[in-house]
Amino acid sequence: MPAIAARHVSYRYGDRLAVGDLSLEIAEGEVFAFLGPNGSGKTTLFRLLSTLIPLQQGEIAIFGHDLRRETTAVRRQLGVVFQSPSLDKKLTVAENLRHQGRLYGLSTRELESRRDELLGAVGLTDRAHDLVETLSGGMRRRVELAKSMLHRPRLLLLDEPSTGLDPGARSDLWKYLRQVREREGTTIVLTTHLLDEADRADRIAIMHQGKLVALDRPDALRAELGGDAITIKTERPAELAAGIRERFQCESKVIDGALRLEQADGHQWIARLVEAFPADVQMITLGKPTLEDVFIARTGHRFFGDASGEENDEGKKTRRKKR
Amino acid sequence: MNATTAQSLPTASPALPVIITLAHRELVRFFRQRNRVFGALGQPIIFWLLFSEGLRGNQLDYAHFFPGTLVMILLFTAIFATITIIEDRNEGFLQSVLVAPAPRWAMVLGKVLGGAAIAMIQGLLFLVLGALTLGLASSPPEIALAVVLMALISTALTALGFTIAWRMESTHGFHAIMSVFLLPMWLLSGAFFPGGGSGWLAWVIRLNPLTYGVAGLRHYLHFAPTSSRGVPAPGASELLPAATDAARALLPVDALPPLALCWIVTAAFALLMLAAAWRIAATRTTGDMK
Repeated sequence: MPAIAARHVSYRYGDRLAVGDLSLEIAEGEVFAFLGPNGSGKTTLFRLLSTLIPLQQGEIAIFGHDLRRETTAVRRQLGVVFQSPSLDKKLTVAENLRHQGRLYGLSTRELESRRDELLGAVGLTDRAHDLVETLSGGMRRRVELAKSMLHRPRLLLLDEPSTGLDPGARSDLWKYLRQVREREGTTIVLTTHLLDEADRADRIAIMHQGKLVALDRPDALRAELGGDAITIKTERPAELAAGIRERFQCESKVIDGALRLEQADGHQWIARLVEAFPADVQMITLGKPTLEDVFIARTGHRFFGDASGEENDEGKKTRRKKR
Repeated sequence: MNATTAQSLPTASPALPVIITLAHRELVRFFRQRNRVFGALGQPIIFWLLFSEGLRGNQLDYAHFFPGTLVMILLFTAIFATITIIEDRNEGFLQSVLVAPAPRWAMVLGKVLGGAAIAMIQGLLFLVLGALTLGLASSPPEIALAVVLMALISTALTALGFTIAWRMESTHGFHAIMSVFLLPMWLLSGAFFPGGGSGWLAWVIRLNPLTYGVAGLRHYLHFAPTSSRGVPAPGASELLPAATDAARALLPVDALPPLALCWIVTAAFALLMLAAAWRIAATRTTGDMK
């Protein structure tokens, strides 16, 4: 039985289509990432899966339970880590976990043993009686993780779990996520706009404007592109792109002030390009295609449109829209 | 796989632990924020002193304003306790409550009873203050019934606050509601102006459910020297006969709604507001997220 089976799911905020006719299956035990820029519909999908907003069109089953009719049964299977923190800052770590346990109907004994076990697992046993507001961002995220795992959910949903975490805390979080999967066999589904984070998943679904544009293992997606990715650092990217087009009849893209092109036999192209434009090439690198290249190939758009730094933009905009 | 816990449990979490844990959280949070304790108790007491001193010449004294001030304390505390639902939403705590497999009515009841409990603690403190300074002349059963009535009023007002606050995005909007709706509701509850008469104001007072809570408390709470039942202390009538007559005309106990009506209206008010709070919280909307 798949952990998630979604068929023809659509969701609209008024006239705007946030998710359009999405169908996919996620197997039990997978680490699965929805990758997409802001506004791609992945947060809406997260809200649908976490039962926060009602399903409008299509069907979703979580471990065979219908999301619409068996909401309570679905909720019992889910552990949810929201993008914005869900901890009460005025309470201690242990108090937060106790409230959560009560909401899920755990007995006191179960609650205490599970609390000690999970706080030990995320390395926060000694902070159990500290107020949450005294904890660092990384620690809070680990408490969120412990909180969501308290009732042994079969499916853990995380919305942008790395948002606001420094690289150290980020890799810690992934270490704990892997432990969770190993020890409890939990299926892990997350949304992210970070390419390297999606790369850690078993499978990824790339979203763009509410549609699923790719669904496969990260290495399989990259392999599809075939060639190598060449990046040229230059002071005049536009002029260089024009020069390359004229000389080699080949298209290149300007991304973040650098020039990118994808070609088979990348090493031969490097020699050719450096010989042709010795004055313009400041640095030239050769690499395998990244998930961003996959995204560009599938959508014809750059991954980060305008305001890539504004994590909450999507949520805020949509929220206002419906009011 | 390892989902033994999830499978062995009944699907919906038991309601009682949910109610208790959420109510308990309200109390813990309240007492960890000292300024809230002061704000909810301090302002009404200051009003009580100012009104009573300022309007002393009209024979509207401390005892007259006492039940109204008591209801104001319940109102302020209950309302400020439910404003926290906006904070819960904005700080994100609410979202994890909303996706839990607990019955929605239990969540509402937990939040409302927590707020009502805070209001009751403050109300009881004020009652003790009144008893110490004015000399409470009510019998123990009367005091007990007054406390039960206070609990009903607190529940009604907290549920009202919950219903208003549920869809609000910021506490600013709530302050506007406070001044154009809740404060007038208190002013027109017989707490400040006496009811009676036939003008539109009298009708508003008569239709205001809070009027019956205040009136009920007036029935039960009377004080030693100059009671609010319009019986002046010996000697006072000799000094200010005209004024005491005026006070008696303003506030005879017969002008209050009958006690049975006070109970019925207050209980109905509480039930209706709880139902409204449950109803608004049971509807999943896109506004539930942050």
